[in-house]
Amino acid sequence: AYKRFSELLPKEERNNACSARVPKSQILTLPELRANPFQHRICHVFSTSDDGDDSMSFEDFLDMLSVFSDSATSDIKSHYAFRIFDFDDDGTLDRKNLEQLVNCLTGQGEESRLSTAEMEQLIQNILEESDIDKDGTINLSEFQHVVSRSPDFASSFKIVL
Amino acid sequence: DGSDVDNEESSAAENDDNVKGTDKGGKKTTPRTRRGRGRGRGRHGGEEDEEDEDGTRRAGHRRNRNRRGRGRAAENEGNDSDGGAEKDRKNQTNQKSKEDDGDEEDEKGGRSGKGKNEKKQDKKPDKKGKKEKANKKKKDKKKSASGSDSDSEEEPITEEELAKLKEEVEEKKKLIATLRNKPWKMKKKLSVLKEAQLFVEKFEGALGKGKGKKFYAYKVMMTKKWMKFQRDFENFKTACIPWEMKIKEIESHFGSSVASYFIFLRWMYGINMILFGLTFGLVMVPEALMGKPYGSLPRKTVPRAEEATAMNFATLWDFSGFAQYSVLFYGYYNNQRTIGWLKFRMPLSYFLVGVGTIGYSFMIVIRTMAKNANDDGGGDDTSFNFSWKMFTSWDYLIGNPETADNKFASITTSFKEAIVEEQESRKEENIHLTRFLRVLANFLALCTLAGSGYLIFFVVRRSQKFALEGLENYGWWERNEVNMVMSLLGMFCPTLFDVISSLENYHPRIALRWQLGRIFALFLGNLYTFIIALMDEINLKARYLLPFTIFNMYLEEKIVKYNMTIWEASLYNGTIPENSTAPPIEVDPADVPRGPCWETMVGQEFVRLTVSDTMTTYITILIGDFLRAVFVRFFNYCWCWDLEYGFPSYSEFDISGNVLGLIFNQGMIWMGSFYAPCLPAINVFRLHTSMYLQCWAVMCCNVPQERVFKASRSNNFYMAMLLFILFLSTLPAVYTIVSIPPSFDCGPFSGKTRMFEVISETLEHDFPSWFGKVFGYASNPGLILPFILLMVLSIYYLNATSKSYKEANLELKKKLQSVRNR
Repeated sequence: AYKRFSELLPKEERNNACSARVPKSQILTLPELRANPFQHRICHVFSTSDDGDDSMSFEDFLDMLSVFSDSATSDIKSHYAFRIFDFDDDGTLDRKNLEQLVNCLTGQGEESRLSTAEMEQLIQNILEESDIDKDGTINLSEFQHVVSRSPDFASSFKIVL
Repeated sequence: DGSDVDNEESSAAENDDNVKGTDKGGKKTTPRTRRGRGRGRGRHGGEEDEEDEDGTRRAGHRRNRNRRGRGRAAENEGNDSDGGAEKDRKNQTNQKSKEDDGDEEDEKGGRSGKGKNEKKQDKKPDKKGKKEKANKKKKDKKKSASGSDSDSEEEPITEEELAKLKEEVEEKKKLIATLRNKPWKMKKKLSVLKEAQLFVEKFEGALGKGKGKKFYAYKVMMTKKWMKFQRDFENFKTACIPWEMKIKEIESHFGSSVASYFIFLRWMYGINMILFGLTFGLVMVPEALMGKPYGSLPRKTVPRAEEATAMNFATLWDFSGFAQYSVLFYGYYNNQRTIGWLKFRMPLSYFLVGVGTIGYSFMIVIRTMAKNANDDGGGDDTSFNFSWKMFTSWDYLIGNPETADNKFASITTSFKEAIVEEQESRKEENIHLTRFLRVLANFLALCTLAGSGYLIFFVVRRSQKFALEGLENYGWWERNEVNMVMSLLGMFCPTLFDVISSLENYHPRIALRWQLGRIFALFLGNLYTFIIALMDEINLKARYLLPFTIFNMYLEEKIVKYNMTIWEASLYNGTIPENSTAPPIEVDPADVPRGPCWETMVGQEFVRLTVSDTMTTYITILIGDFLRAVFVRFFNYCWCWDLEYGFPSYSEFDISGNVLGLIFNQGMIWMGSFYAPCLPAINVFRLHTSMYLQCWAVMCCNVPQERVFKASRSNNFYMAMLLFILFLSTLPAVYTIVSIPPSFDCGPFSGKTRMFEVISETLEHDFPSWFGKVFGYASNPGLILPFILLMVLSIYYLNATSKSYKEANLELKKKLQSVRNR
């Protein structure tokens, strides 16, 4: 893992890779993240940089890998998944977040997007299913409750270096 | 230095009471040293002096560190002579270094009178994997033999303090163990880890005080060494997993469902390796090394008649000739009770290995099923359809843009479909037409199955006819007709089923289940028809003139024995002696007439079947995938319509077909390995090459599937099929072991009336007499029947409890539902 990380750094900084931070653009060149629609969110969630540029240090990198690995428990994965899906970082998934999520999932092209009516319907269904306290948003425990019943979650939420 | 230390100590002693529980100073982070590089993280304040832990120790002061909450470290410069004088610290750790280093930590409250622990701690750098290992503690504890140490300050620890201490230590240990699972940031985890580690370190020593300290310290050190060893071993094991990179590449191109096939293949490979190890190591090698060599016994020699062709490649490929009279097949083994100087009990070992392979396979399949069932989380739940689609449908392993596009498209489609389904209640128009079509489809499928069964039976009969008339008169096709027909059926019928299923108009997942079920029935039917025909053939070959019943084998035996005595007598140039008292004449084993050896024949059939199956698969891959891809790629320029989009286009990877093929292949191996110990070896070889060939074919000739669906739900389905096949495969072998007498002239059980008698023989001879008696009592029906009764009762009870749990679950779910809908 250290090797992969240091490859991302420009040559002159390689010796000091442990302390360096890799800018986001470099991280996104990793093949595992390249095709992922949530790449930006992932970088943002795992980055601990103070200046908000979403750069990642080696520790952040390790953090990310450990959460996505096979041995992480479903709890931890769902915790981080929630944070990744929470586009505005407010601790809940509200309608806007869900809409953004769906748009991410359906791809970049215009023709593959859902129409407004379909989107409405979809979000309505989702909220019906998962929102237990009927507040119009999904918070962490509701999310974890939904996702923990799914048999596919652990196997799909996985990145292997 | 010393005086400074003393100063620190005294001031620390005063500060003892101020010590707070949560913050602990400590040394440098172990992870840092573990990585072996100085990571100047902010919290360490960039002090590099403590790097010396890796190497030389300084005889100076250690740094103290204090941590309050996340990411903050206030480091205490050990070099300050006023070390310990930081007013904002609530905790002080004093460190002394004598020869090399010594650490002393004062403990927090409740220990005012406690003496200082003196330990020497060497934190050796760990080799760490990329995950944070929370349990890593490696140190040597030594008492620092220094005079100025306040050794003498030990004061008795009261019992309750000890108990409380123990509790806290346990708590910290638990924290360390579960640290990996907490969703905190790395920094926080590391800091908490350090804290907990230091705490435990300190007090483990305390606990051991006065109770054989040295031994305790030694024990602790050994535990740590053992943990380190375990971790290194885990790393090594992970690195050893074969084909990891290949599978990963496939995963990123095709998604997890195609990769699951290759993971299954790898798992099968593992099982076969173990089976191979068993049969090779315990059956083939002893016989080869210690048994009588080739040519010493009639059963071990190629008969004179066949000698001329015995070495031809064609004969060897057909597994007769030299291959037949070798350790590869049942017939070679001698029925001597022990062989060689090791007194290796060959027949016993053969029997036990046969039983053991089956037993091991059962165990491992059931274990995997149980594990999968756990992960599944209780079956099909459709209450969160949309949310799951939303949150879990993206496969994070995909690294290839083309696959990602496919995935996007499929997700979009599935959303739209689901919305539409949800919106309109399905109007059952033409329900009668649908039903009629489904019944028709099932009828057609049944016809196909019956047809294929009959075809196999017919072909096997024909091959018997050919055998009777002598195989030399016929070409290659006639000789291998059975195998070819079976393989071809296996190739074409599934496609037929696919076409039929389009009549049925089911939801894709249900259609897949029907498809798999039908293919399963097809293969099963084929296999069993084959076996039945084979049994018939055994009866047929055993005696050419008498009608077909198995019991006539007894007669056959008598006939051959009689023939042999006549033949022997002819050697004496005399009449048939009543009791042959004459010295045995030296006869070349090749000339002795042989009895029939149906076990070897069966083994040969299975081996031939496996080989031809393999060949067919490979050729199908080459033609069906590779040539097709080449054709489409190169002829696209000069063809009327777009080959890549229309027919035939590139082929997709057929997961279910391949998995089923694999499962049935394994079934054949299980069936045949008792009669041909070489089968697992052949299978290992086949799987190995299969892996490489299919990986290559997939990457180069296949395109990602259009409907990307999850493999996870089918996982247990495949396991269940494997279990079923295993059970069915063992039936014929068990039947033959228990009720058919072995051939009198070949194999390790020749001369016995039943194969399992080898067990009773062993009990008589090799075990002390009381053992035999005990066994006799244990196998008394009076004991076995109650045991069976007990097992039945416990199964019933467990079933009842699991049902009640399921119902309780359902109740809770309903409650949740009603709360939601309120």
